[in-house]
Amino acid sequence: MAKMLLITPDICTGCHSCEIACSQEHEGYYVPSKSRVTVYTWEDELVSVPMMCVQCEDAFCMKACPVGAISRDPATGAMIVDHGKCIRCKMCMQACPFGGTSFDPVASRILKCDLCGGDPECVKYCPSGALKYVDASTATIERKRAYAARLKAAVGVK
Amino acid sequence: MFAYKGKILRVDLTSGTIKSEYIEPKVARQYIGCRGMGTYYFMKEVDPNVDPLSPENKLLFFTGPLTGTAAPSGGRYNVITRSPLTGAIAASNSGGYWGPELKFAGWDGIIFEGKAEKPVYLWIEDDHVELRSAEHLWGKTVFETTDAIKEETDPDVRVTCIGPAGEKLALLAVIVNDYNRAAGRSGVGAVMGSKNLKAIAVRGHGGVEVADPESFKSFAERDRSLMKNDPVAGNGLPTYGTMILVNILNELGGLPTHNWRDSGQWSKADLTSGETLAEKYLVRNKGCFGCNIDCGRVTKIPEGPFKSFGEGPEYEAGWSYGADCGVSDLGAICKANFLCNELGLDPISVGSTIACAMELYENGYITIKETGIPLNFGNAEAIVELTRMIGYREGFGDLASEGSYRLASRYGHPELSMSVKKQEMPAYDGRAIQGIGLNYATSNRGGCHVRGYTISPEVLGVPEKLDPQSIDEKPQWVKTFQDLTAAVDSAGICLFTTFAFGAPQIADELRAATGFDYTVEEVLQAGERIWNLERQFNLKAGFSKEDDTLPKRLLKDALKFGPMKGNVSHLNEMLPRYYEARGWDKDGRPTKEKLAELDLVEFA
Repeated sequence: MAKMLLITPDICTGCHSCEIACSQEHEGYYVPSKSRVTVYTWEDELVSVPMMCVQCEDAFCMKACPVGAISRDPATGAMIVDHGKCIRCKMCMQACPFGGTSFDPVASRILKCDLCGGDPECVKYCPSGALKYVDASTATIERKRAYAARLKAAVGVK
Repeated sequence: MFAYKGKILRVDLTSGTIKSEYIEPKVARQYIGCRGMGTYYFMKEVDPNVDPLSPENKLLFFTGPLTGTAAPSGGRYNVITRSPLTGAIAASNSGGYWGPELKFAGWDGIIFEGKAEKPVYLWIEDDHVELRSAEHLWGKTVFETTDAIKEETDPDVRVTCIGPAGEKLALLAVIVNDYNRAAGRSGVGAVMGSKNLKAIAVRGHGGVEVADPESFKSFAERDRSLMKNDPVAGNGLPTYGTMILVNILNELGGLPTHNWRDSGQWSKADLTSGETLAEKYLVRNKGCFGCNIDCGRVTKIPEGPFKSFGEGPEYEAGWSYGADCGVSDLGAICKANFLCNELGLDPISVGSTIACAMELYENGYITIKETGIPLNFGNAEAIVELTRMIGYREGFGDLASEGSYRLASRYGHPELSMSVKKQEMPAYDGRAIQGIGLNYATSNRGGCHVRGYTISPEVLGVPEKLDPQSIDEKPQWVKTFQDLTAAVDSAGICLFTTFAFGAPQIADELRAATGFDYTVEEVLQAGERIWNLERQFNLKAGFSKEDDTLPKRLLKDALKFGPMKGNVSHLNEMLPRYYEARGWDKDGRPTKEKLAELDLVEFA
């Protein structure tokens, strides 16, 4: 079963708990600049959007990597960086249209979401449900239902 | 040092010099951080009789050890200075994201001294710290200032700043970070303005390390789930925000209305409630750093004369503009609150000062000749317009910007100022709820609910239900809550965590974070130490037992409406017993023994 991180920005509260959880898990301390998920907030509209690697099925990062250091974890579907093979050329960063990978200059390594081995910490810490880890085949059913309800309201009798 | 960055910035605005200093582990352990540590440094360095708006006053920004960690709601910082509104110690607390960012940049706090010749702002990017000209920002609102600094520094910068109110030294001015979060009480914004300091902009790329990551994580997760499962922190506040309290206080009969004249119950309360806000104007919840309550409200008034969009209001702001001014138009209340954020004003004190002006007006002590606008209770346009005038100190707003005590005194009726130590009391009536009245009277920063929020036991039943009218056990409860709150504020977490947990959990978090071998007793004692240090400051600043009181109205005039009708505050019975519980003498002075017990002899 392929799962995905589903982002629902309209309920994101902008609390950055996901960044705390991510850096805690991967770095052992609290350092949002090294978090694999980043929350962007437009204060003038009070909207927040969490962004991270979306684990493309057809991944530009993997194609761009000259040494084959990026591969898919068959268990979780996450694109994983093999830091032993990685030559830090940053071509994956160049290739990704979402900015899904970043670089830690101190430790000299690529930072990228690995779905925490199939149990993402960011999801556990998200208080609003703006981040969910769900079956990709049914991920959007609730959104579809919500819009169906609007259509129903337009044509319904009540 | 773990959980701390171990160093602070000292910025001399007069000379423009910036220095880095180390903090002492012993001070950190005894005062925890944030409010406690800031007060310690302030007390060491500043004469309690300093003129608050002079260059000799200092302005301190301090984070706590849990700020910027996984501790639930660990996003706080405190501003410490001598208040120009009260003359007492000011410790104003704020959430948002600025405090954590300061730590990520590598600093536990900043001490500002002196006064810049021309407007400046401080730009901190990790180790790079510089004063920059703010002449182009002077006169700008909080939003305009923050946007402009973003433009010229970094799109992810965090900014704390003053608006026009702080620049113009309005005594009700606040310091606003992240657009909508404020160190909101005691006029700290005026102190910043008096130093020609417009803003502090921070961008940090580092992090916060804790002593025992594994234990800390498990405590943080335990406490997050305590909050999630708590009826107040996990349900009431996320669903309705703090405005949920309007109907609760109204039903209890403890809602102050019409400048506390017609207090108890108000027939229109529900029109201004959290439930109505959620139904009519709520867009979504907003959370401070690392918070899983997310009590912040993103609200939009889609149409009409008060069409607007922003964050808030909180209960106390909603009450001051609502019930206290007799205004039931929730759109106007929201709009006035948004204006406070933009102009850099404390909505509790501004709304209460307007309520005081309304009573002066209705009694004929002032007329439209002085005010320029009609100020009858219930006038929705007036709360918005007078807030604007206060922010810019225009016309009648100039006088009103100094708070209700100075305003009412000027017209010969100081008894109509609903303030303690010249700071306006918030939205819980001490005639209906005895403990909160005692807390207002003894609060080290004047009228304030968040020095010792006994509303928890007296109204909400947390951690146990007390009769709001009983007085016997209240002195001890007030002391305990005041001490615990001082520890919570000093740890760098939000007071709202204490709906779900208390000192044992906070001691666990602090122990795992700092590596100091804290016990529950030591944490509570640190809180008591901080409280007594603040008290020492106020005594040296000229305060005495006579100032530990409430407006005459609460002591003499009975509640008029609702189930608590007929009650007054029994402060004078509780106060001596409170002093006793604190180990103070009958004049409210900490005894030598108490100061020695708390290792405060140097501040005797």
